[in-house]
Amino acid sequence: MGNIRFIEHDGTEHTAEIEEGKSLMQAALDNAVPGIDADCGGSCACGTCHVIVDRRWLDKTGAISSIEEQMLDLTPEKEETSRLACQITLSEAMDGMVVRLPEFQM
Amino acid sequence: MSMLSKFIEKGIETGTRMVPLEYQVKGSHVVQSVKQRLSLHRPIPVFVEKPIPDVATLSIDEIDVSNPFLYRQDKWESYFKRLRDECPVHYQKQSPFGPFWSVTRFEDILFVDKNHDLFSAEPIISLGPQPEGLEIETFIAMDPPKHDVQRAAVQGVVAPKNLKQMEDLIRARTADVLDHLPVNQPIDWVSHVSIELTARMLATLFDFPYEQRRKLAHWSDVAAGSPETFGGTSDTHEAFTTAAEAARLMSQLWREKAAKKATGEELGFDLISLLLSNDDTKDMINRPMEFMGNMVLLIIGGNDTTRNSMSGGVLALNQFPEEFTKLKNNPALIPSMVSEIIRWQTPLAYMRRVAKQDVELNGQTIRKGDKVVMWYASGNRDERNIDNPDQFIIDRKNVRNHLSFGFGIHRCMGNRLAEMQLRILWEEILQRFDNIEVIGEPKRNQSNFVRGYTEMMVSITPKA
Ligand code: HEM
Ligand code: FES
Repeated sequence: MGNIRFIEHDGTEHTAEIEEGKSLMQAALDNAVPGIDADCGGSCACGTCHVIVDRRWLDKTGAISSIEEQMLDLTPEKEETSRLACQITLSEAMDGMVVRLPEFQM
Repeated sequence: MSMLSKFIEKGIETGTRMVPLEYQVKGSHVVQSVKQRLSLHRPIPVFVEKPIPDVATLSIDEIDVSNPFLYRQDKWESYFKRLRDECPVHYQKQSPFGPFWSVTRFEDILFVDKNHDLFSAEPIISLGPQPEGLEIETFIAMDPPKHDVQRAAVQGVVAPKNLKQMEDLIRARTADVLDHLPVNQPIDWVSHVSIELTARMLATLFDFPYEQRRKLAHWSDVAAGSPETFGGTSDTHEAFTTAAEAARLMSQLWREKAAKKATGEELGFDLISLLLSNDDTKDMINRPMEFMGNMVLLIIGGNDTTRNSMSGGVLALNQFPEEFTKLKNNPALIPSMVSEIIRWQTPLAYMRRVAKQDVELNGQTIRKGDKVVMWYASGNRDERNIDNPDQFIIDRKNVRNHLSFGFGIHRCMGNRLAEMQLRILWEEILQRFDNIEVIGEPKRNQSNFVRGYTEMMVSITPKA
């Protein structure tokens, strides 16, 4: 069983176990990782599940749709490796992946 | 092209960029007045209130949820429930606002809001058109890529980083209002608290002359009260006078800030200062339609929505007193209650779109060009997505999953500001008051868009 590491803006770390097929957003919620609001419940329509993926893991997270891109553009916190956690489906290949949380969800 | 923009474009073409905005608006008014005398204008509907029948007595085709008295007469719940259950995507052929589709279930609303490539927000998001001659260009009613550029230019002002700097000031101003409220006697919560606080917040956001802050609320009310647009009660003449005044004061404010900047003085965190300090927007005053559009959008967007959530929260806690007890026993529930207030109230009933192509939705074929109304007020009461949706439950599970801020690229830009203001209000209320009792029926707006209160008499019991 692999793990994902979430790092809050202030450096606090959380780990979540990988459950194949679950979204990264759901994993964060299920493990009480703070700072993921997920206002639209995973529909790629609110942008409040924003995470910044460690560069080394970005290619494991899958393609980014144009809707996701547009939603990410709405947040001033956006960085080069930003993703919406509800659009990332977990797999064992992500074991050890590190994602940072932005200071604010917009 | 709108009358207003014609005037503005003409001014720019002839190199008379210095024609103050105010005169451009007044010029538009003169053309309108002449047209009205010649009867060239579009007729403006007048809405006369009649008792709304029980929905069970109507055929499905007869149901018209654009009726601006539906909310005031408290019939909206039964009307929308019938549509959700029997005809979730419903066509009304001949409303006073023309034919339109109603989308009433949570999931279908999400679908429409998300798919901006299928459903356009242009030319406007209201059921009816904007008043002739006052068609303001705002990014809430623009599709990408124009929308994205304009939104990016202003969203910094309500971004959480900026809000952090405003929080202390908003709290101090909130505390000041509450400390001066008369207690143990009837007062109007709407005027004393809800309008006053939102006017103060807007004055903070714009760094608008503080003594004149109630003007911001007034402008917004006039704009949101347009009969042909939303079924309201404003009159056209007043709308023009108001727009001219707003244009004058806002451009004046811009020039003052620009002068400050020129002398090297430090700029604040208000909207105009932010626009002035960004290279893409520092000359926005030379694009008057865009400038006024942005000002108006933030004034209207931030005004009666937050105001009516402030009143709605008090009403909800009166209708569900056990929730008030729950809150007093556990003030940590305030953030969750704030989301529940915003869901329960749903301050804006809908946003409207226009289908860009034929679309199948829940068994109906929406044709290209048809108006499509996403009824957030109905989706927020959809039993399919929300348990006991008519109940006000401050510690509701997944309380943030509501439709009141919309979804997709137009999702409310001011949502964090609205939530912060309401959170501060309730934190400060709990410090001071034991009860806020609603005495008598509140008065509700005439509108199919704004769901709110024009008066709510209360009596406040201070903490012992
Ligand atoms: C409880 C309070 C509020 C509610 C319920 C609310 C509701 C909404 C809704 C329903 C939309 C359209 C969403 C869509 O089309 O999907 C919207 C957009 C918008 N709101 Fe709010 N709003 C609130 C407070 C505010 C505040 C305080 C401001 C600013 C000061 C604001 C500024 C805006 C702006 C600028 C847009 C346009 C966003 C865009 O088109 O990209 N709102 N709001
Ligand atoms: S939960 Fe809304 S975009 Fe991911």
